[in-house]
Amino acid sequence: MNPLAHALSALLQPLLLLAAAPLLVAWIRRVKARLQNRRGAPLLQPYRDLRKLFAKEAVVARTASPLFRAAPYLVFAATLVAAGALPLLSLRLPSAAVADAIAVIGLLGLARFLLVLAGLDAGTSFGGMGSSREMLVSTFAEPALLLVVFTLAMTAHSTNLASMVQTTLNAGLVLRPSYLFALAALLLVAIAECGRIPVDNPATHLELTMIHEGMLLEYSGRHLALMEWAAQLKLALFAALIVDLFLPWGIAAGFAPGALAWAALALALKLGVLGALLAVAETALAKMRLFRVPGFLNLAFMLALLGLLSHVILEAAT
Amino acid sequence: MPLLDQAVLVLAAMALFTAFALLAQTRLTAAINTFAWQGALVAAVAALTGRASGDAHLYVSALITLTLKVALIPWMLHRLVRRLSLERQADPLQHPALTLLAGAGIVVFSDWVAAPVAHFDASATRNVIAISLAIVLLGMLMMVVRRQAVAQVLGFMAMENGLFLAAVASTHGMPLVVELGVAFDVLVAMVLFGVFFLQIKNSIDSLDIDRLSQLAEPVEDDERGDAP
Amino acid sequence: MNTGALALSLAGAAVVAALASAASGLLATRWPRTLSWLAFPLLALCGAAALAAGIMALASDSTTTAILPLGLPWLPWHVRLDPLSGVFLLILGAVLVPVAIYGPGYTRVFRNGRDSLAALGVFTGLFVTGMLGVLLADDAFLFMVAWELMSLASYFLVTFQHEVAEHRRAAFLYLLMAHIAGLAILLAFGVLAASGGSFAFAVMRSHPPDALWASVAFALALLGFGTKAGLLPLHLWLPEAHPAAPSHISALMSAVMLKVAVYGFIRVVFELLGPPQWGWGVTLVLVGATTAVVGVLFALQQTDLKRLLAYSSVENLGIVFLALGLALIFLGSGHPALAALALVAALYQALNHALLKGLLFLGAGAVLHGAHERNLERLGGLQRRMPRTGLFFLIGCMGMAALPPLNGFVSEWLTFQAALQAWQLGSGLLRILVPVAAAALALTAALGAAAFVRAYGSAFLGRARSRHVRRAHEVGRGMLVAQALLVAACAAAALLPTTVVGLFSSAARQLTGAGLEQAGSRGWLWLTPIAPNVASYAPIPILLVLALLGGLLVWALRPSRQAPVRRADPWDCGYAPPTPRMQYSAAGFAQPIRRVFAMVYALDEDTDAATATHRLLVRDRLWGWLYAPLGAGLDRVADFARRAQTGHVRRYLSWSLITLLVLLWIIS
Repeated sequence: MNPLAHALSALLQPLLLLAAAPLLVAWIRRVKARLQNRRGAPLLQPYRDLRKLFAKEAVVARTASPLFRAAPYLVFAATLVAAGALPLLSLRLPSAAVADAIAVIGLLGLARFLLVLAGLDAGTSFGGMGSSREMLVSTFAEPALLLVVFTLAMTAHSTNLASMVQTTLNAGLVLRPSYLFALAALLLVAIAECGRIPVDNPATHLELTMIHEGMLLEYSGRHLALMEWAAQLKLALFAALIVDLFLPWGIAAGFAPGALAWAALALALKLGVLGALLAVAETALAKMRLFRVPGFLNLAFMLALLGLLSHVILEAAT
Repeated sequence: MPLLDQAVLVLAAMALFTAFALLAQTRLTAAINTFAWQGALVAAVAALTGRASGDAHLYVSALITLTLKVALIPWMLHRLVRRLSLERQADPLQHPALTLLAGAGIVVFSDWVAAPVAHFDASATRNVIAISLAIVLLGMLMMVVRRQAVAQVLGFMAMENGLFLAAVASTHGMPLVVELGVAFDVLVAMVLFGVFFLQIKNSIDSLDIDRLSQLAEPVEDDERGDAP
Repeated sequence: MNTGALALSLAGAAVVAALASAASGLLATRWPRTLSWLAFPLLALCGAAALAAGIMALASDSTTTAILPLGLPWLPWHVRLDPLSGVFLLILGAVLVPVAIYGPGYTRVFRNGRDSLAALGVFTGLFVTGMLGVLLADDAFLFMVAWELMSLASYFLVTFQHEVAEHRRAAFLYLLMAHIAGLAILLAFGVLAASGGSFAFAVMRSHPPDALWASVAFALALLGFGTKAGLLPLHLWLPEAHPAAPSHISALMSAVMLKVAVYGFIRVVFELLGPPQWGWGVTLVLVGATTAVVGVLFALQQTDLKRLLAYSSVENLGIVFLALGLALIFLGSGHPALAALALVAALYQALNHALLKGLLFLGAGAVLHGAHERNLERLGGLQRRMPRTGLFFLIGCMGMAALPPLNGFVSEWLTFQAALQAWQLGSGLLRILVPVAAAALALTAALGAAAFVRAYGSAFLGRARSRHVRRAHEVGRGMLVAQALLVAACAAAALLPTTVVGLFSSAARQLTGAGLEQAGSRGWLWLTPIAPNVASYAPIPILLVLALLGGLLVWALRPSRQAPVRRADPWDCGYAPPTPRMQYSAAGFAQPIRRVFAMVYALDEDTDAATATHRLLVRDRLWGWLYAPLGAGLDRVADFARRAQTGHVRRYLSWSLITLLVLLWIIS
């Protein structure tokens, strides 16, 4: 296969996800609005918001260090590189060999590290509160997420995302208890990592209930636009990760244009369904107290652990 | 049909999850509903095993389990809870993380114990023995860590669920006579529990089993009047 | 002469240089400047020689032995340089050179003080000599002599500033634990020598003890080397002793001395005990995982910067031992290739920790030098006063948090890959235990990230919380160059993993019989420890794309007509501009985790609303569970024994008579 097609695919897939991420967020908001008997904003509203923010002046606190100005660019870059390792439309993804599932989680951890530091930088209480809470959530979310990857890797015998998708496709329609438990765990962890209800409210205006918004409080202009877009990309990334690991049917094996179009349609459909499910969950559940979040994530960890146990006991019988 | 075997494995794993959920559920009404789900899953396993092996009496067993464990006993328990006005009581675990880790350890232990037994069975669902042993032990663990008396009953019933699952998975069900006998024993036990709980609630005004030791205390005559 | 002999001569030259450095320290009594002009440069030479010797031994995959005309007449000292010692010589050299460059700038303040600079010079040299001796020893006698030299010299270094009572207490505890460790190691060597009849390692290698005595020797080795390496529950000396020493010595102790303990453990358990049992591996995995989790939980609660780094060392040593446990499990179950992978992961983790912890301790010393403060509750805003130190410290913190593309991530990734190969094991119990241990490692990594965010954020970001910190100044060139060297070394370890894995696989081959040739099968850019389609990692493309993307965004988004940014007061949701007291304190940052994990700590906390003060004391429960009862028990035994000392001469004579009678009876 010519290297040009490979390079192009490695470049275009993450950019496609980046372009589609605000649309996904708009879709979720739209479904939520309809469930709450409202009309909801148009689907292009997040793009307009981003364009407005990019044009505005960036105001930086006097007390902030150079890290504050550098963080938005690095956070955005790290999230985009992580998105680049996910096979979305085609399995032939050269960047899947650069970063596997664990490295993707590590890159998201890098983005979070810099975001938390930026929250501490201006020397305000709200930033500190957001940063401290974010580290609490990540303390419990990361082990659960890694255990999900381990459970799946015990079946797929690999952590390379393209190989894992290939294994699922090759096996056909198989009901595995370990996969079901891992899916449930990943859904819970994704809600926590992306800062959605019931862990964090992305639309809150109350400072004391913020986690992610608390860390972004001092940002404005293009810095805020980059951080917001990175958060939307992270949500799309987790949705794409769920689709890749558990529902990969429809993905193209090569670069045939017909297969790619079909794969794009299948991906859009699956992301839409996942978004609608998230909107229903956000409407039905209330945001939890902060100290109930460890219990929520412990449930995710137990589900992942049960998945591992069912794999060893039920599936890998010797 | 391998798909049927896979479905049996999935349902057995979900029954194991309900056993953990019973351990961690703090509210009684939710715990009773979880127990009903466990019964439904175990009945479904029986029905699917009946379909796979062709044994017709497994369908009957599944029906009995469905009637008793999913419909009748939860209804009686809900009625009991209403009469004792226990709906709003929460029964939180003292060390939830440790309890759940102990549960995981029990599952690993059951797998290790059941491994040589599973060798005798050639079917694809032989590892369900380990799961059912784990459900039995988790039911016992529930009886140890929970303080509410009604939760003890649920633990006892969950143990019986596990035994039924073991019987279904390994020997394709027990003889129907044994089955019916066990089922009616469980029903009678339920009725007796109900009567006892009412009495205990009236005596010591609480159903916390840690306080049951009060029943053994000598009674002062000047305080109790004409009580024995 | 061939490479192996050259490497051994270089190692010998390193020992001579260290001894010369110690000798020149004596001159510092009369001429204090000789410390900076003679002692430290000699140490730098020693480090460079050790580094070169280590790399040569690894690259040439050679084993060279020699017998020195020293020691007892019937028990001369054997020395040996093989790939395993090469790994740790590399670590020693890579940390010693920057420390030696850092030393002159840092110790300048002690010139006019009460503490003896000569003691510092002499004992630093002896300390390094001791460590080199342990790494090169090929018989138990030289090993124990060098080990004791290392422990004693470091004791004197810990008590360098002995006017502070805490330092004396910490040093006493340190000496006590070091001797308990030494005793256990001596007993382990005794068991091994009994089966072979000689103290030389070569004889021990060919006469391994039987299974029962091997387990006894394993337990003794774990007790001895584990105490020195800071494993639970015998780690409490570490957070007391490491902060008490001067910062460059703390760096040496944390970065190198702990690794020498790891070296001793690997040498005894993997080479001298015969065929390993997987039960040993399970014990190591459990001990290592517990140590790692408890260590990082305590690191999160420390407000003293150096104590935080010390507890973090406890955590990382736990991770190293966890990986070693995985290697033992794989070896005991008959998978030498997987054991090689786990062993390389453990060695890589040791290297990364040495480089990163050395960097962080040197940075903490720079903070102490520039801001005269160690307490996180009084630091703040240092990034703008000490920009370069801040940048180096940030890189160190990001490395310790195991973030790609830095080096901490590579060793963690390798450990995960080794653990994920557990599906090849036969026993169901092991197939559950190994991934669960990996999940514990993931928990440690997440908590470690929180600890280092807190450390860097409280010290360098925000605003200064006290007046003297507001006037902090950047440190001198020597100290900055040293930190920059370590950053460069970390970058090399991060971006060239295939080279490092290639070097370390000769050590793995020596110990397990299998190497890791497939790690570079797709070229030097991609790290593929098992097979390309199983897992691969390429840090250089990741770094390049991150840098390119970042640069592109900065260029594309710069505003054309206005200034890049406008400076204003912090927004803070429209409240009045905050004072430095209103930002999150270090204790407050860790409060949610302190509350969730309250079972692990012994907390002593109270708040006084009238005076608006909050007092928090976080202690280790092991003081009350293990150390205090043991101490009390020893006191009782000592009291009981005191009764034998009545002071009556005739009582003493009667004891002597009885003993004489008993001995005569025995020998008759």
